[in-house]
Amino acid sequence: MSRGLVIGAFLTLFFVALACVSFLWVPYDIETLQISNKLKTPNLNHWLGTDHFGRDVLSMVMMGARTSIAVALLAVGIGMAIGVPLGLFSAARRGSFLDEIIMRGNDLIFAFPSLVIAILITAVFGASAVNAIVAIGIFNIPVFARLTRAVALPLWERDFVLSARVCGKSETRISVEHIFPNIMNLMIVQGTIQFSLGILAEASLSYIGLGAQPPTASWGRMLADAQTLVSIAPHVALVPGLAILLMVLGLNLMGDGLRDRFDPRIKKNRT
Amino acid sequence: MIRYTIARFFSLIISLIVASLVIFLVIQVIPGDPASFMLGINAREDTLAALRSEMGLDQPLTLRYFDWVIGMFQGDFGNSWTYKTPVSELIADRIWVSLPLAIYALILSTLIAFPAGIVAASRRGGASDVTIMGATQMGVAIPNFWFAMIMVLIFAINLRWFSAGGFPGWSNPLQGLKSLTLPAISLALPQAAILARIMRSSLLDILLEDFIRTARAKGLTRSQALWRHAVRNALIPVLTIIGLQFSFLLAGGIIIEQIFFLPGLGRLIFQAISARDLIVVESVVMLLVFTVIMVNFAVDITYAIVDPRLRRKS
Repeated sequence: MSRGLVIGAFLTLFFVALACVSFLWVPYDIETLQISNKLKTPNLNHWLGTDHFGRDVLSMVMMGARTSIAVALLAVGIGMAIGVPLGLFSAARRGSFLDEIIMRGNDLIFAFPSLVIAILITAVFGASAVNAIVAIGIFNIPVFARLTRAVALPLWERDFVLSARVCGKSETRISVEHIFPNIMNLMIVQGTIQFSLGILAEASLSYIGLGAQPPTASWGRMLADAQTLVSIAPHVALVPGLAILLMVLGLNLMGDGLRDRFDPRIKKNRT
Repeated sequence: MIRYTIARFFSLIISLIVASLVIFLVIQVIPGDPASFMLGINAREDTLAALRSEMGLDQPLTLRYFDWVIGMFQGDFGNSWTYKTPVSELIADRIWVSLPLAIYALILSTLIAFPAGIVAASRRGGASDVTIMGATQMGVAIPNFWFAMIMVLIFAINLRWFSAGGFPGWSNPLQGLKSLTLPAISLALPQAAILARIMRSSLLDILLEDFIRTARAKGLTRSQALWRHAVRNALIPVLTIIGLQFSFLLAGGIIIEQIFFLPGLGRLIFQAISARDLIVVESVVMLLVFTVIMVNFAVDITYAIVDPRLRRKS
């Protein structure tokens, strides 16, 4: 196993564990404000200090991990749940009119500046975690559809698909029983990458106030709150930013490591 | 080449039509009555009626759509409900911040990424390659608005080299450029990281090609072969990414402009959203999408000119 994969998996698991633990226990309740205790630098009682409302930053980061992971994971889920079947269908009916429509539709979504559209969606439908998930999820669809089609196409020329055809299996059954299991690894790799992009996108949206709404904690919102305080209490800005950075870095390293293992298209001598 | 251009042009037109339909649908149809959406629940009936007739809401949908599209062709983007001025004037004002910012960031990102990618590829596996690749991993993972905050903390608050935000206008070009420097760096950083990685992997692919071996065989050193033959060929995929990045930088300015209080398109669209000024939102989004689609089209055509193989394939 490569070093990157190990470090990446460790970082990712660390934040996932933080999020899981937050369901059972957090050091302090983040909905109780203690103004008298505000903007304390990290100390023994508050390992990462407190914010402008006197809330414990470590507890906020733990709760924020929950929001970030949930939003990004569901957004990737939307992308996979719609994109992969579309891609499988396109590959099965390659060259058909529907294939053409699906692929041009994908190109079209790619042409939209994703951030602008995410902002547009949340502006019209209201700012909430759910709308952030939908807005990020939509842009994951073409990513998975394209990749699925691209890796499924050569599989359709292989002998085992031919055998399945001879057995009289339909295109749908071949896609589900033979093509999909063979591309699953790559979907996991791409899912990891999209997951990291989703974390960044969620942070951006909640930073400009269009993601999860208070009192739900989110890393982006923590940064937005910290912006005016950055000169008096740098730790409130440093901590959530580092959390985003490390989580995204972990997912990227893990994705790269997994790709090196699973993707046959990567030339061995490149890295 | 002509057939390829025509085919691409055709899909460009379809993209633009579908894009405008989607934006029109999201903004004018889905909220139900845009006028009451814009004015809120406590609006008086006569104010609502005035806005409805100003936005032409009493007319059928198809007519409104064509009015909007034809208006844009004539440079008429409607009037802003909150600013009480034509949207075209607002855009014309703001574009002089957003466009230079995007170009500035694009130049910075290219200036950082090219040498970094080339050095990393030519010393593959060496210390400088590992360092550069590590740095790009960080660059991709850093949220650019956080990076912007850190830079403000260091360079504006502590060192006082730059102002923490605002834009003095172009009357003094140097001052204007200076105030765009921190924003441009924060926009450029993640893009430079991506570009450097693509430059490196694209170079590594090309270094395996036969013509590089031929170049080495006729006596060129490794770095001569790299500079004379590989870099030029590696530029093709890099060019595509630069094109895509430009549109990303233009749209990505929304957040960065917000942090640095820059009066650009991003801030305009953001203020318009908070003020529920849908006319401004609609036109600025359409303008951004239009720019992205046009840039992609231009990249595709340039690509076909640079790489003749592509023309034959299509």
